[in-house]
Amino acid sequence: MADLEELYREIILDHYRSPRNRGELDSPPAHRVEGFNPLCGDEVVLSMVVEDGTLADLKIAGSGCSISQSSASLMSAAVKGRPVGEVRQLISTFKGMMSIHEASLEHDGDGADEPEEIDLDKLGELAALQGVVKFPVRIKCATLSWNALAQGLDEVAVEAS
Amino acid sequence: MAVTPPPSPAGAGAAPLNVEALRKDFPLLSRVVNGKPIVYLDAAASALQPRSVIDAMTRYYETTHANVHRGVYATAEEATALYERARVVAGRFIGAPDPAHEIVFTKNTTESLNLVAHSWGRANLRAGDAILLTEMEHHANIVPWMILSEEIGGLDIRYIPIDGGGRLVLDDLDALVDGVKLVGITAMSNVLGTIPPLAQVAEVAHRAGALVVADGAQLVPHAPVDVTALGADFLAFSAHKTMGPTGLGVLWARAALLEGMGPFLGGGGMILDVKLDSFRPAPPPARFEAGTPPIAEAVGLTAAIEYLSDIGMDRIRAHELALTEYALARLDEKLGSDCRIFGPPAGPDRGGVLSLAYRGVHAHDLAQVLDQFGVCVRPGHHCAKPLMRKLGVQATARASLSLFSDEHDIEVLIEGLLEAGRLFG
Repeated sequence: MADLEELYREIILDHYRSPRNRGELDSPPAHRVEGFNPLCGDEVVLSMVVEDGTLADLKIAGSGCSISQSSASLMSAAVKGRPVGEVRQLISTFKGMMSIHEASLEHDGDGADEPEEIDLDKLGELAALQGVVKFPVRIKCATLSWNALAQGLDEVAVEAS
Repeated sequence: MAVTPPPSPAGAGAAPLNVEALRKDFPLLSRVVNGKPIVYLDAAASALQPRSVIDAMTRYYETTHANVHRGVYATAEEATALYERARVVAGRFIGAPDPAHEIVFTKNTTESLNLVAHSWGRANLRAGDAILLTEMEHHANIVPWMILSEEIGGLDIRYIPIDGGGRLVLDDLDALVDGVKLVGITAMSNVLGTIPPLAQVAEVAHRAGALVVADGAQLVPHAPVDVTALGADFLAFSAHKTMGPTGLGVLWARAALLEGMGPFLGGGGMILDVKLDSFRPAPPPARFEAGTPPIAEAVGLTAAIEYLSDIGMDRIRAHELALTEYALARLDEKLGSDCRIFGPPAGPDRGGVLSLAYRGVHAHDLAQVLDQFGVCVRPGHHCAKPLMRKLGVQATARASLSLFSDEHDIEVLIEGLLEAGRLFG
């Protein structure tokens, strides 16, 4: 069951069993955003505080499968306290990793149109989630919290302007 | 329970199925997934097709295909005859008194129920009218009524509650049904496997002057059904859950009821005459079948119903009930209280649908691990979110039985669940 072990790496199971930055912040002042996966009913609730261009605080609530919950936990550990610009870049890199499979499906794997190389080193622990791309249905689980984070940052930016 | 005289405990009198021989009828069962022989436990989502269904459709395309109700050449006449024959076969399968005039072909059960909401509902329901559904309905028997409610300025939508065992609570039925114009009820829950006492509910509903629309998607493929005994005014089911092809649904209603209903979709085939400023609809069932219908699919449904009828619906029901009993006992024996199975215990009011939660492992993760064992189950909310909320779960993993399911399938399911428990425990 090599595929299964690749999907459920130890680090993913660890974040699933002991999720980091779990909970909710008072909103306001924190900004609150929800993400849903209508397919499986998974939900994630992010509360975030952006101060001086930095994602100063982030808490995650909600419930779902091991992939959605560990991805949210790993994300929170990776982005909390970092400048918003860097966070956005990480979101883009992570979603790039998650789209590798879709891209290779579209191009029939002939290698002619390989997607841009993703620098997995930049992702650190998050690279553990790359096994998900072999299970296309689960990609939505892995990206649920990331999409919610992107939406939240957009909303905060609009409020600030 | 007057749905069908339920085969007495595990179907005394009905000869048991030769499952080993029957499995050879299903080409897909020879597939290997993830290095394991497939264990197909997802009939409630979509059933597999016996070779006779696939062959009938291929033969139709190779020898007969033409559009129906139009051409006068030989194959067009033959195609029309095959299509209309499917209507009669489908009607007889559920005991329709006048099958040629009472069966409407749609896309699926969902479209059949939407047809009722659209054509009957729009003409007969007004703002403030009450309808009664159940807490264990599929979204397909909830959302069409909500859409209609929004359009006409608000329906009073009531629900028959369920108890902890997954059965309908009928103590207050008289009060609930008072003033109601329509009762929408599943003939068998796609989550719990519960087979509610539909005839009893229908009797009370009719006394109160309400019509009854039954969602037969799960019951019709797995038990003998007779619409007269069932007591419903409308009954919907899908070909693909009845071992036929996708893309074809059935709606049964008494001819007089269909006569009084306006069209559903507009277009070719559903009219008597069209002028620049008006049209006259065709009589039923053509009135409700605009456009080229799923002809090959109707041919496939005929073959599927013939396949099931040759085996015998009472024998299929008895087999699946006995296997449900086996599965519930084995799951309890091997997994104990770690495994929560929703719905009533095996018995006349329980079909072969096993929704389960195991050791807090999310249904998606359970299904992913089971896939490595070749086991196909459905994780998720099963298009019954109000029911999920009532059960207090976000999702369940659902194993559902077919006539070819056997004890080995259940053992592999248990093996996979134990592995998921080890992985996530």
